[in-house]
Amino acid sequence: MSSARNEILERIRDATGGTTPGREADYAAVPRNYVRQGSLSQEAKLELLVDRLHDYGATVFHARDGEVDSAVAAALRSRGKVSLLIPRDLPRAWMPDGFHFFREGTSYQEVDLSEGVLTDCALAIASTGSIVLRHSAGAARRALTLIPDYHLCVIFAAQVVETVPEGIEQMKAFAGVPITTIAGPSATADIEMIRVKGVHGPRTLDVILVA
Amino acid sequence: MSTYVGDAADAPKFQTAAKKLVGDTQVRYNVKRATGVIRKKRAKVVDEMPDWEQLRESGHQIKQHVLRHLDFYLEQFETACTAAGGTVHWARDADEANTIIVGLVKAQQAKEVIKVKTMTSDEIRLNKALEAAGITPFETDLADLIVQLGEDKPSHIVVPALHRNRSEIRQIFLDKMNLTELGEQPEDLAGAARLYLREKFLRVPVAISGANFAIAETGSVCVVESEGNGRMCVSLPRVLISLIGIEKIIPTFQDLEVYLQTLPRSATGERMNPYNSIWTGVTPEDGPQEFHVVLLDNGRTKVLADREARETLDCIRCGACLNACPVYKQTGGHAYGSIYGGPIGAILTPQLQSMEHSQTLPYASSLCGACYEVCPVKINIPEILVHLRNKVVERGDAPWEERMAMKAAAYVLESPEHMERARKLGRIGQIPFAKNGVIHHLPGGLDAWTGVRDLPAIPKESFRDWWAKRETERAL
Repeated sequence: MSSARNEILERIRDATGGTTPGREADYAAVPRNYVRQGSLSQEAKLELLVDRLHDYGATVFHARDGEVDSAVAAALRSRGKVSLLIPRDLPRAWMPDGFHFFREGTSYQEVDLSEGVLTDCALAIASTGSIVLRHSAGAARRALTLIPDYHLCVIFAAQVVETVPEGIEQMKAFAGVPITTIAGPSATADIEMIRVKGVHGPRTLDVILVA
Repeated sequence: MSTYVGDAADAPKFQTAAKKLVGDTQVRYNVKRATGVIRKKRAKVVDEMPDWEQLRESGHQIKQHVLRHLDFYLEQFETACTAAGGTVHWARDADEANTIIVGLVKAQQAKEVIKVKTMTSDEIRLNKALEAAGITPFETDLADLIVQLGEDKPSHIVVPALHRNRSEIRQIFLDKMNLTELGEQPEDLAGAARLYLREKFLRVPVAISGANFAIAETGSVCVVESEGNGRMCVSLPRVLISLIGIEKIIPTFQDLEVYLQTLPRSATGERMNPYNSIWTGVTPEDGPQEFHVVLLDNGRTKVLADREARETLDCIRCGACLNACPVYKQTGGHAYGSIYGGPIGAILTPQLQSMEHSQTLPYASSLCGACYEVCPVKINIPEILVHLRNKVVERGDAPWEERMAMKAAAYVLESPEHMERARKLGRIGQIPFAKNGVIHHLPGGLDAWTGVRDLPAIPKESFRDWWAKRETERAL
């Protein structure tokens, strides 16, 4: 044990009297009167998500279940792309014929030279337009969704929650693995508070919403 | 070993620095414009929240709870982070934190590090310490990059280059990135930063970050940002070092549900910041394989010990109080002489230094209360400002004119006779200065008051005189 550690803890206990057995009850007494559960219908929830995604500058493609591959093809054609990186466990059925898909495992430099990346997500939060990426084994590691300039992400309607607390509740279940939440493409307002789309992360974010 | 807050100990008095800065019309224009834009955006996304006040209250109470049990939560965080493969270091003050971090970078034989926006690293003057050890730090947040390349100082805790306009930024980039051509649109400038930093992100093996939240229950760390430079720094290098003030702890993962709603809306007026990164220790085959946390005190336990000012440590560094402050809007951040400017800086900076420096900062306010109103964790900044002014006076650090004036006031207000005598003296004494019932200018130190406002002259007949006369007349 370092002496710095002991000294800081000592200073804290001097200042506060130290933690007490009543800590759990003290924590439970914190009021939480804010909205936790959403109230929108499924249809309205998806509409809200699409609105928020647009607000952040993402493009949304709609698909029916079982037709993800044609939506992927449509997105890639609209962007003039022919090959994408993919995580190990991406379903084969999502990959349309006529395009190239490469499993990850390449160096940062190679990822940097790619045309983009196609991934799934863990969930999406409608009220803030956030997409939650869970970087567990088999899913895309963090570098893969970050270095390429183009990210195409598939969201299923059943993965969409309405409020931030509902989203955090689900994220809690996999809190041990790295998590990234993204709301639109990379952005900055550091110059005269003017919002510029695209700094270091993917400058283009396309979403396929499967409903 | 010593505690310091950037170069605040050597900064001029707020009033002196402010006087010079309010004369700089370019800075004033830039600051006024930028804070106006954020204020408007913030108001819009806060107004759409039916439960905003409840979120503020919860955010405040969670933080207050953490501070009461800070020893427990720091140890819980350490245990969880260590179990997940991280290494936790403790630093009593700025010097100690610098020694630890420089040592960790040297152990990697690294000559360069990439940094994601961390005000705490500015607080401990980390870049200077790294440079002194032959290590080059690259700031990667766009505004931080502008400040670093411009050999400037941050003027805002969220938007550090808020005082610069696009043509100034263009000139800095042209000079420091060795470019021959560069457009003046924000897109061109952001594009130049992307090119300049990309190869560094892919190559530099060590990154240094701060943290917005450290979660005790899971040992996870959360960094919120918008450009992607944060994601680059926390997920590409081989080694990651996170410098975390001990007040950044929150008890549970679930508590993020409060702060991830209030922070982005307060800071940049967005419903959610474009990127949040949450990670726990090290993850095989993904991201840094060596992770260090440096928990920093540097005066924070001193703040904790003052019950009346403790809630200063609730701060989540959103910057809303700076944007709302009528004083900040006029002076900009540099007047505060601290990397923490604006209302929160005015209470945090002197306290971190045990009230030994920056004693003029608690006076850098009109106590209008706008800061308290917008604070997402309900820090009662005006009350703490007054509390700290009291401390300044108790220490005997108040200016002598003020001390004399207060002594005189105490005597005058002691009894009706003293008051009456003072009034009569004043009426005679004011004759050379009063004009049409108004005093525009008083001599000597008293000009500290009249230099910025007019004083109504003492009238020929006071209320007390009038009352006495009326009573006498009625008795007749």
